[in-house]
Amino acid sequence: MSENHRGPEDDHGHHHHDNHFTDMEARVKALETVLTEKGLIDPAAIDAIVETYETKVGPRNGARVVAKAWSDAEFADWLQRDATAAIASLGFAGRQGEHMRAVFNTPDTHNLIVCTLCSCYPWAVLGLPPVWYKAPPYRSRAVIDPRGVLAEFGLELSVAKKIRVWDSTAELRYLVVPERPESTAGLGEEALAALVTRDSMIGTGLALSPEAAR
Amino acid sequence: MNGPHDLGGQHGLGPIAPEKDEPCFHAEWEKRALGITLSCGAFGAWTIDESRHARESLPPATYLAASYYEIWTRALETLLKRHGFVSQTELDAGHMLEKGREPKRVLKADMVAGVLAKGGPCDRPVAAPPRFAVGERVRTKNFNPETHTRLPRYARAKMGVVEAVQGSFVFPDDNAHGEGENPQWVYTVVFDGGEVWGEGADPSLTVSIDAWESYLERV
Repeated sequence: MSENHRGPEDDHGHHHHDNHFTDMEARVKALETVLTEKGLIDPAAIDAIVETYETKVGPRNGARVVAKAWSDAEFADWLQRDATAAIASLGFAGRQGEHMRAVFNTPDTHNLIVCTLCSCYPWAVLGLPPVWYKAPPYRSRAVIDPRGVLAEFGLELSVAKKIRVWDSTAELRYLVVPERPESTAGLGEEALAALVTRDSMIGTGLALSPEAAR
Repeated sequence: MNGPHDLGGQHGLGPIAPEKDEPCFHAEWEKRALGITLSCGAFGAWTIDESRHARESLPPATYLAASYYEIWTRALETLLKRHGFVSQTELDAGHMLEKGREPKRVLKADMVAGVLAKGGPCDRPVAAPPRFAVGERVRTKNFNPETHTRLPRYARAKMGVVEAVQGSFVFPDDNAHGEGENPQWVYTVVFDGGEVWGEGADPSLTVSIDAWESYLERV
C-alpha cells in the first residue's frame, strides 16, 4: 500500500494523511471480516463504540467542567487539586480520562497541550482528538515553536505572556482551563459553557467573548 | 526507541492546517478501525504500552505517510499475529482459515458502556517513598534504548526542576515488553526553553514532561 502514498512535500491539503480511503477500506474490511468470522469481535460493539464518541463523549463535557470552574470557586479549587475526582463528580470519567490534570491560564501564562510521542488526549472531556492534534506538524512544533503554532490557529499572544507547554508523556491527561472572558459577570453555567471551545481547552484558542459566541 | 513517533522539535513536517468544523471521522473505515482496535484491546492479551510500541515500530516512511487510524490498523495487525489470533494468510485472504487463540474476553455490544466508563487506570502503589522532591533540580538520563520508552529524545540529558510528584504508575519501558508493571513514581519536570532548544529559543517558553523516576538523576 505504501506505493500509493505521496511524499509529505506535496501533501498540504486539509485531509493530508487521510486521503487513502480505498486501500484502507479494503484493509479494514478484511480485518473486520476475519475477526468477526472467528468470533473475536462483535460488529454491534463497534457500532456502540462509534456512537459513544460521535454523540456522547465530546468537547461539551469539557466545556461544562470549565464553566463550573469559572462559576464556583470551590469547584475550581478541587479541580486544581484533584482534577480526576472533580471531573468525575460531573459524570465524566473513563477511557483516556483515568488520570486528569487541569491547568489554568492566567494573565501571565498561557498553557498548551501536546503529545509529541503519540496522540494522548483527554477523551473523557474532549472526545476523540482532531486529525491535526495527531499529525506530525502539530506534534513536532508545539514544543519548539508554540508561538508559530498558535499563529496558525489565528492566536497572537502578547510577547509578555509566558507559554507553558505540557507534553503528555505519561498517563496524565491535561485540560486547559482558559481565562474567563470579560463581560460575563451575570452569565449562568450554561451560557458560560457556550463560550468554551474545544481549542481553548487544548490551548490553541481562547474562550469566546459573548459577542463572538452569538 | 528512537522511532518515527518521537517528533518533538523536528522541522519540515508542514503546516498544521486545522479544519473548520472537522467531522469526528473522515471516512467510514476510520470508525471501524477505532472500534476494532478498542474491541481487540479488550481481549486482555496486550497492554497499551505494547500497542504503543507496535505503532512506533512501523518503518519511518510508513509511519509518516500514514493517517493515525492507518497506524493503528497496521499495528493492530502486528499484535493480532504476534499473539496468535490471526495469520497473515488470513489477512491477505480476508477470511478465517483456521481457529486461532481464544481471548480471555470478547467485547459484546452490551459491555461497551461499562468498559469505556471503566477505562484502564494504571496508577499502582509502590512501597518506597519518592526519591525526588518538589523544587529539586534533576537531570534526565541520556539513553537511546531500542526498546519502548516515554522519555522523548528532545528531553534527554537536560536539566529541569521537579514541579510535582504525580503518583506512582505502571512503568511502560518494561510493561511494553511483557516484563511486568514494575510501577515507579512519576514527576512533572519543567525545563526552560533555552535548556531544551539552546540558542535562539523562545525566552518565554517552558516545557514539561511527566517522567518516571528511573529517567531522572540527581545533580
